[in-house]
Amino acid sequence: MLLKHTPTEITERKALMINPAKTCQPIGAMYAALGIKGCLPHSHGSQGCCAYHRSALTRHYKEPVSAATSSFTEGASVFGGQANLLQAINNIFTVYEPEVIAVHTTCLSETIGDDLPQIFDKAIKDKKVPEGKTVLGANTPSYVGSHVTGFSNMVKAMAALAEKTGTKNGKVNIIPGWVEPSDMEEIKRIAAMMGVNITMYPDTSGVLNGPLTGEYKMFPDAGTSIDDIKASGDAIGTLALGEWCSADAARLLDTKCKVPCSILDMPFGLQATDRFIDALRHVAGTSVSDELSLERGQLVDLISDMHQYFYHKKVAIYGDPDQLIAMTEFLVSIDMCPVHIITGTPGKKFEKRIKEITADVPYEVNVKAKGDMFLLHQWIKNEPVDLLIGNSYGKYIARDEDIPFIRWGFPILDRQGHQYFSTTGYRGGLRMLEKILSALLDRLDRDNPEEKFELVF
Amino acid sequence: MGKAQKTVQWDPTDIKEKLLEKYPPKIARKRSKQILINEAQENTTPEITANVRTIPGIITMRGCTYAGCKGVIMGPTSDIVNLVHGPIGCSFYAWLTRRNQSDCQGENNENFINYCMSTDMQDSDIIFGGEKKLETAIQEAYDLFHPKGIAVFATCPVGLIGDDIHAVARKMKEKFGDCNVFAFSCEGYKGVSQSAGHHIANNQVFTHLVGNGTEKTQKYKINLLGEYNIGGDGFEIDRILKKCGISNIATFSGNSTYDQFASANQADLSCVMCHRSINYVADMLETKYGIPWIKVNFIGAESTAKSLRKIASYFGDQELIDKVEEVIAEEMPAVETAIKDVLPRTEGKTAMLFVGGSRAHHYQDLFQELGMKTLSAGYEFAHRDDYEGRHVIPNLKVDADSRNIEEIDVTADPDLYKPRKTVEEMKALEEAGFPFKDYDGLIPQMEKDTLIIDDLNQYEAEKLVELMKPDLFCAGIKEKFSIQKLGVPMKQLHSYDSGGPYAGFQGAINFYQEIDRLVNSKVWSYMKAPWQENPELSATYVWE
Repeated sequence: MLLKHTPTEITERKALMINPAKTCQPIGAMYAALGIKGCLPHSHGSQGCCAYHRSALTRHYKEPVSAATSSFTEGASVFGGQANLLQAINNIFTVYEPEVIAVHTTCLSETIGDDLPQIFDKAIKDKKVPEGKTVLGANTPSYVGSHVTGFSNMVKAMAALAEKTGTKNGKVNIIPGWVEPSDMEEIKRIAAMMGVNITMYPDTSGVLNGPLTGEYKMFPDAGTSIDDIKASGDAIGTLALGEWCSADAARLLDTKCKVPCSILDMPFGLQATDRFIDALRHVAGTSVSDELSLERGQLVDLISDMHQYFYHKKVAIYGDPDQLIAMTEFLVSIDMCPVHIITGTPGKKFEKRIKEITADVPYEVNVKAKGDMFLLHQWIKNEPVDLLIGNSYGKYIARDEDIPFIRWGFPILDRQGHQYFSTTGYRGGLRMLEKILSALLDRLDRDNPEEKFELVF
Repeated sequence: MGKAQKTVQWDPTDIKEKLLEKYPPKIARKRSKQILINEAQENTTPEITANVRTIPGIITMRGCTYAGCKGVIMGPTSDIVNLVHGPIGCSFYAWLTRRNQSDCQGENNENFINYCMSTDMQDSDIIFGGEKKLETAIQEAYDLFHPKGIAVFATCPVGLIGDDIHAVARKMKEKFGDCNVFAFSCEGYKGVSQSAGHHIANNQVFTHLVGNGTEKTQKYKINLLGEYNIGGDGFEIDRILKKCGISNIATFSGNSTYDQFASANQADLSCVMCHRSINYVADMLETKYGIPWIKVNFIGAESTAKSLRKIASYFGDQELIDKVEEVIAEEMPAVETAIKDVLPRTEGKTAMLFVGGSRAHHYQDLFQELGMKTLSAGYEFAHRDDYEGRHVIPNLKVDADSRNIEEIDVTADPDLYKPRKTVEEMKALEEAGFPFKDYDGLIPQMEKDTLIIDDLNQYEAEKLVELMKPDLFCAGIKEKFSIQKLGVPMKQLHSYDSGGPYAGFQGAINFYQEIDRLVNSKVWSYMKAPWQENPELSATYVWE
């Protein structure tokens, strides 16, 4: 047994977190910053954080992830990291020549209280920032929230660059939240099919799913340009996908530039995608193409074709709140029963939303924000499930408890595909259902006795 | 591509100049001292600057002290609960990401390696202090798991807010009575790299664990120091040692247990694999208990044979010496068959190695066996003695950034100190060419005009590959994919790209086959599409 010390009996823990269902803020900020064109993320802290965050993202994407660090020493940790950051900004622009440096902080620089805006001012006064280049920053203390919070904070810092000229540009802002490059591509594809002109940020498609050509570009020709981000202040509206990831930025655009916003769920599954497309149709004043309606119909068709395998199957799922809310709704919509739901990210709304979504599930539903995978495992021991959905760390539970397992979320360290094949939109819904069916039917094929072994399902 | 345009002519001085030309002058001066052209110098090793602070913004490969302490040294032990005191990240990122394997899978063997435990500090803990929470977390870990030991690790904010983790550990140890609780002040900002964390781990393990173990009565008892069982390296070395009749009392710290650490004082010889991470313990074991240490290397089949012979000749028993020869004779034919198969496809190829603090040297033995030349090598965080040899240690100056790493005073134990050999015996062994407490470092093994680069960064890595076009580049996960985008195969020598073991005889065979695969893969010939290779249409196709 891989997790043989996990007891079935659940005891309350006040201080000890075991097997977290979250990680810390700066990695989210780093991921978001990679969705800006020509941007080098910068970690203002000691260099271990930066190494860990780059490694984690690299293992997830199997792609280069560049980021610089202030490399605090003990001296800087006591007397402040201004000198380190100024030197870093100078070195980065000289050696790596990015268009943008997006700085985030760590628990170290936050605890000592380094003032990013003041350091940026000094960098600009000292001519360390070349003409036309941008430095932006977000405070991302690791002891608040989770990686999702860090993502949100960096996206909010992008939105803070938005400017309002007074002339609307006819575009719709879409803040996609922490989804995969493939999901961002899918969202763009849907908007294009509807003929809606959008600005999306961040956008990591083309950055974290690049080709092999014999050339290495630290800054590929992808990501959202600073000009487009600035112009987002002139948009006709903003659709923020995911309360945790995207709402803060959208609200800032509203208060700062009077761009009205609507906070939606991430478009995972049938209904959340319906609502996204419907909202986009309304804000842009366009009609939905027949092709999109066809894709929707195909998804409904697959659900009806394969419904017998979904009906009342119990599922445990863990991950980040925005993704979990939409996916739980999708599972319920195909008559599956999500019974154990954990996110490590804090937020009271989460439990409330999940309870609403699962109100009709004919089993007791366990849900916890600020939970961990140790507790999830204990729940599963007490009430077994037919399917487990979550990031790679779930494979230890899946093997111990012999549960069919689908990798979905962040990080996926041991399988490929997530950067290329979306799970958003109707097409992404099809892919998700295909994965669920494969996992369940593979299990039937493995477990059925020979006389019951079937050719056709 | 890459392949076709080989035959690159280069001059090391030009390369060095190219690496430096883009830097601001101050940075160029600093980096210049960390980039060394291995020139033949009258019986002396050229001097390099190492173990100095990282240049901010340079995109270093380095990690931190916490990683060196918890991630590297303490992580691999299966039956000690590792509890990280800090916000969640440090604990999360060190969760199963180093491939230190453990076979403590039996029903009665404890194995906490698959668990990630943290106090998950919140802003209130930063403001009001986290000692209470740490105390509660230790209690909860004890109640849930009843481990033999609980190790507590500090992260960046812990030092700043002044939590006294050692006092908490002492208090809880006394309270439990049957569980050793001890702490590591391995805040990420200490020192300049992972290296400080090694030192801190060495000190605490030695102080809190060694000397309290159960009695070991086997013959030919050794400690294997600085071997972390990545991809099963330690399993392979243990297999060979066992076959030879050599007893491995304690591995620091691959596949290790609490009791193994505790019994380390009972070995009669310490064998050091990774000099950088564990030489402190090797020295302390000698001073306190009288156990001499030698440098060994089980990377490469020849090196493995050499190291086994070295161990046998230390014990000096004909029975052991014969057994070792018998094992080598048994193991080598398979190695020879493997090398005969791959050599025609690997000979003459070139490699670069930039790995932590040890492998950039050791793996050159394997490349030699493959007939491959090492063009350039370096470490992330090694010290000058790892580059130039231990003879430079008396001249090393500890700079301001590393001054606060604790040095502990160790003296001979009044009861347990026991010289393993008489002064005459030691002298005789030394005269017979048996170097104790000795390590020559990486530089002397490298050929003239090779480039040795300390704390290589992203910019220099790309430039090196672009200018020197090696057939293979070895480093870590952060470097892997940018190098491969350039069309050069990249081998991870930290994680082994999920492969291994690479140590010992079987490991050498695995490595030969892996390198053959990498340098001869067809994939590197697909980078250009036909219409990119020949963009001009010379004729209109006529369909037939």
